[in-house]
Amino acid sequence: MTAPQVRAEAQQEREAALIAAILAGEREKFHDLIRPYERQVYLTSLSLVKDEAEAEDVAQEAILRAYRKLAGFRGDAKFSTWLIAITLNEARTRLREEKRAALDSLDNQIENEGDYTPAVLTDWREVPSDALERKEICALIQQAIAALPDTFREVVILRDMEELSVRETAQALGISLSLVKVRLHRARLLLQKQLAPQLKIELKSKKKGGMLRRLPWF
Amino acid sequence: MVLNCRHVWDRISDYIDGTLDPAVRADVEKHLAHCEICSAVLDSTRNVIVLMADDRVFELPVDFSKRLHARLDQVLATERPDPV
Repeated sequence: MTAPQVRAEAQQEREAALIAAILAGEREKFHDLIRPYERQVYLTSLSLVKDEAEAEDVAQEAILRAYRKLAGFRGDAKFSTWLIAITLNEARTRLREEKRAALDSLDNQIENEGDYTPAVLTDWREVPSDALERKEICALIQQAIAALPDTFREVVILRDMEELSVRETAQALGISLSLVKVRLHRARLLLQKQLAPQLKIELKSKKKGGMLRRLPWF
Repeated sequence: MVLNCRHVWDRISDYIDGTLDPAVRADVEKHLAHCEICSAVLDSTRNVIVLMADDRVFELPVDFSKRLHARLDQVLATERPDPV
């Protein structure tokens, strides 16, 4: 077994023990069970509910629901995958209640579209990770993700931001592996097309000021 | 098989995830070795993925955790999990 597998197994055992203890009456241990997943639950919620305050509310409701339904967790998927599926359900219920769930006909249109032309930039090669210290760069990425069709945004947030595997993403969303891959591919290319030119301009315009002077490739 | 640029773009996501069939992967690599445009598209797509995975892009709202655990405290004090 590889090191990550050993860690994953240890984590699953720890969680199974916590769940058993909670169900046996040590309810306060639910705090410990949930703590590693707060960010994932929030991001998952934010993938559907775009308003931050509402996303927080949905995240809280999803976590309370997970507590109430804990006895129903069977351990055939990972706890995190189960929790994310609950969060997606909670967010969708909320959207339906608000009648905002009108199926985005654009989603299907884009999904079936074979023609894609990426942004071609031959000199944006390095990852300017320091750039994330700058709020406007984060804002560009947030806007590009928010502008994706819902079905693409869910997949890209679970897979590329929360770093679930393709299989876990498929399980959480209740869709096939191949559909995850198709949506992921489309989403990534849409983001590349949208972001690569913007980031390049944004980073270039600040070239003379401050940190980017240290980055010779812009 | 000799791939053109569009073939390569269609496989970029699987290439990045390492899920291409080895023969196709070799064809993609052969193309990338001499195509400046496709290798730039690959690099910028990869960059976007790396940037997205960074926690700084979406930060948790201030005191998110505090509010969550306070709410949990109320519920844990008064409710048991539902029976199966």
